[in-house]
Amino acid sequence: MLTELEKQIIRELQQGLPLVERPYLVIAQRLGIPEDELMDKINEMIGNGIIRRFGAALRHQDLGYTANAMVVWDVPEEQASGTGRLLAGLAKVTHCYQRPRRPGWPYNIFTVIHGQTRDQCEQFAAVMAEKIGVSNYMLLFSTTELKKSSMQYFID
Amino acid sequence: MNVDQTDKHLLHIIQSNFPVVRRPFEEIGQHLGISEQEVLERIARLQQAGIIRRLGGLFNSRKIGYTGTLCALQVPEADIDRVSQIINGYPGITHNYLRNHRYNMWFTLIAPSEQHINTILNEIKQKTGLADLLNLPAVDIFKVRVNFNLSEVQNVD
Repeated sequence: MLTELEKQIIRELQQGLPLVERPYLVIAQRLGIPEDELMDKINEMIGNGIIRRFGAALRHQDLGYTANAMVVWDVPEEQASGTGRLLAGLAKVTHCYQRPRRPGWPYNIFTVIHGQTRDQCEQFAAVMAEKIGVSNYMLLFSTTELKKSSMQYFID
Repeated sequence: MNVDQTDKHLLHIIQSNFPVVRRPFEEIGQHLGISEQEVLERIARLQQAGIIRRLGGLFNSRKIGYTGTLCALQVPEADIDRVSQIINGYPGITHNYLRNHRYNMWFTLIAPSEQHINTILNEIKQKTGLADLLNLPAVDIFKVRVNFNLSEVQNVD
């Protein structure tokens, strides 16, 4: 369980760091703790994985990555873990999950790859398919971004 | 906006491992050979241009007691605006994309418990009138990487 202080730190850090010379001092003063205590706590939360990443979230579509493909794979259940780990090891794969199959939905491994063109994504998916020996797969390209936001935790 | 080499180098440095020191922008400036003030100005400009969405923490939702899922709906073309308004209205819906498939609307939902998730998904089905909703919570997570290799980027402006 998180402490009340950890929740307060999460609330502050999800608002974003203030663009001032000593951003941690500003936040620490809001929380009523010393600057060094806040920095120690942030380092601890990075170390134990509560903070997955500490830094700038970028809009990749503004940086030339215009094709984002969700590639879904129909992998025999007993091979799903091994295949998931194998795909996760590839540098171009940014996300890799196992999800349940559903009636009419046979795909159980989900990967996300980013490329500069759709062709690039398709070529890379073909290389992935060969690597894992799975032929039933599909690329779903995003055609419109309807929403992209960061989750706000502990606000209610 | 024009993003120069110094901006790219700056983005590369600050997209992960942002320094946790008393004067972080000064430390970044030392890496780049520019002043603390210039670092602050460049970050402000990249934020205004929307290239930096946010400077702060990204949290592991499971580790802090939240849970999430990926969902998909089949939405008729003429209904997309109405349905996306309903879905995007929930703060826990963090991403929503149209994709080229008969399940054409794909969204992620984060909430404090599975019960919250089910309540929200039932509301969405009722409000949209679309009952065929794929709910695909992760069974296993092998990788979540959010950094981009900026040296691969060619057309930045």
